[in-house]
Amino acid sequence: MQITSPAFKANARGALADPHLQEALGHVRSGFIDKRQKAVDALPEFDALRDSARAIKDHTLAHLDLYLEAYEEKVKAAGGRVHWAETAADARSLILDICRAAGARTVTKGKSMITEEIGLNEFLEKEGIRPVETDLGEYIIQLRGEHPSHIIAPAVHLTKNQVEADFRRAHHHLPPTRDLSEPASLLSEAREVLRAEYFAADVGITGANFLVAETGSSVIVTNEGNGDLTQILPRVHIVVASIEKIVPTLADTSQILRVLARSATGQDMSVYTTVSTGPRRAEDPDGPEEYHVVLLDNGRSSMLGTEFQDMLRCIRCGACMNHCPVYHAVGGHAYGWVYPGPMGAVLTPSLIGVDKSGHLPNASTFCGRCEAVCPMHIPLPKMMRHWREREFARGLNPAAQRYGLKAWAFFARRPRLYHLAASFAIPALSAFGGAQRRFRYLPFAGGWTKHRDLPAPESRTFLQQWRDREAGKQEART
Amino acid sequence: MSAREAILNKVRSSLGTAPGDAARAEVVAKRLADAPAGVVPARGQLADKERVALFCEMAEKVSATIDRVKKRADVPKAVSAYLRSKNLPASVRMGADERLREMPWSGVKSLEVKSGPAGPEDEVGVSHALAGVAESGTIALHSGVDNPTTVNFLPEHHIVVVEAKDIAGDLETVFSSLRQKFGKGKMPRTLNLITGPSRSADIQQTLLLGAHGPRALHLVIVDGG
Repeated sequence: MQITSPAFKANARGALADPHLQEALGHVRSGFIDKRQKAVDALPEFDALRDSARAIKDHTLAHLDLYLEAYEEKVKAAGGRVHWAETAADARSLILDICRAAGARTVTKGKSMITEEIGLNEFLEKEGIRPVETDLGEYIIQLRGEHPSHIIAPAVHLTKNQVEADFRRAHHHLPPTRDLSEPASLLSEAREVLRAEYFAADVGITGANFLVAETGSSVIVTNEGNGDLTQILPRVHIVVASIEKIVPTLADTSQILRVLARSATGQDMSVYTTVSTGPRRAEDPDGPEEYHVVLLDNGRSSMLGTEFQDMLRCIRCGACMNHCPVYHAVGGHAYGWVYPGPMGAVLTPSLIGVDKSGHLPNASTFCGRCEAVCPMHIPLPKMMRHWREREFARGLNPAAQRYGLKAWAFFARRPRLYHLAASFAIPALSAFGGAQRRFRYLPFAGGWTKHRDLPAPESRTFLQQWRDREAGKQEART
Repeated sequence: MSAREAILNKVRSSLGTAPGDAARAEVVAKRLADAPAGVVPARGQLADKERVALFCEMAEKVSATIDRVKKRADVPKAVSAYLRSKNLPASVRMGADERLREMPWSGVKSLEVKSGPAGPEDEVGVSHALAGVAESGTIALHSGVDNPTTVNFLPEHHIVVVEAKDIAGDLETVFSSLRQKFGKGKMPRTLNLITGPSRSADIQQTLLLGAHGPRALHLVIVDGG
């Protein structure tokens, strides 16, 4: 997909002025947060499970090469095949080869962010293969030619009226007088239309929430059941997953499952947790005849051993964006690539470069809610700071910002000079503040005063006032 | 160099390790062999009766419906009563599971029992669960001729027979019973852990049942043998 992250500021302005988007985002603010809190409060062991989940991923990442090898061996033993892909382009062509060998014309897809990352749909279409998204939200945005705006609720940026208009446009074989005013009727219509697609598909493609080294299994977690119909009805099942999805054992999977659904949607368990191992057995009456796993690196191996390694613990629950004031304000599309919100602000620079996505780690108030709710204890604000430092070190910020920061740093490293300068500047600003005690405009601070007033400071600096206060206390005691 | 070697080499060089490090290999082999349990919630650790009660409570919380019968032979009547209450045709699809097959289906008048995997025309599927999980109201089913996976997903109504003695406190117990059944490190093609009927909240965060899988999940719990 086209990267618009460099235009984050313009994207955000557009998002703030979009009334449909702002109406839809209201549902994010009210929906996810309370549900998660209720589910977390109901499980006394939740925090212990978070610690356990973090330890599992840390252990796995530290031994990732060995777990990948063990996993591959088990997949083969169960009759499946593992295809290794270094880049997105490699993964696309491996998938195309499997589809071509299967004579595929239609491919159904379960919800998968990794196939968004590699731009699979556009690629398959260009090659004459029709991809059909089957998750309700993914189906809706595919009809609109859009990309997900949220990693677990891809159509969260839309209102039901917009969906109704899309269905009337796309399903023109159905009577135009039908009632589609409620979400329930929209869901029924999508269910009916997609049922036929499952049976028509030659290949089903899913992602994976986990790859289990102990058994060579892939695990998907869904609520709709579309991922299951996608993988049991076509003749060929392809799993596309990145290398950090590995966990050692099924017992480890249980640990992480307990924090995943609670953090994502506030459920104790998602409706369908499906563990798939190899193709159907000789005696099985249903299931795919071929089972392929495309294992993608796409930059992750370079994150290991760096200050961004912790990001590879991410289980894509979406809690960070559900709790992010910036995401609440601008939605997911403003971030300009596949992964939005705080996790995207850290992961996107790793995957497409900080030169293209430097705005994302800056689009944060550092309120810290993302880290507080992250089930894997990923220090997201700290890693955004690392990206800001790298951006500065590589000279990617605008000149005015760089010189401003350098000037500030010059004073900040010289406390005496800093206090001296402040003791002149603060009373001067205070004097110019006028009766309103605020500035409508201030030279060199246009970026701030363009959107809001700057309060005028008190007549003396904080440290001067503090000293007087402490001296006053001292006097009172003696 | 193959893509496989290239990726593994990059991983090793980022981690600052070399292939053939025996100590690391041993750590991994041990973890895979032992599969240590982590934190298991106290919630499901209950005596038999309370565990089954918790299972029912959790399953109902996620919109499954529940019927409890005394013995296996009572199941066909319970299924028939469910079909009538929902105005469904007297026809069910099921696999070759002996526990289901041995039930007196012929005792229920004019009920059609179709065997084999499900197709698009089937409205009601009947399965026998491998196990239940009390902590979350989840049922476990695995693929095979006994309980084909399509029966779990294609019909609009999924009726699942769960024996009270198979209801475990936690997920870990179910994984170890699978290990006993299939062998360590081996799995059936598909293991389905199902917690309530299919649902979606993709349109305006409005939760709706019956997205792509069954609109209704009905659990028949057999308390005795």
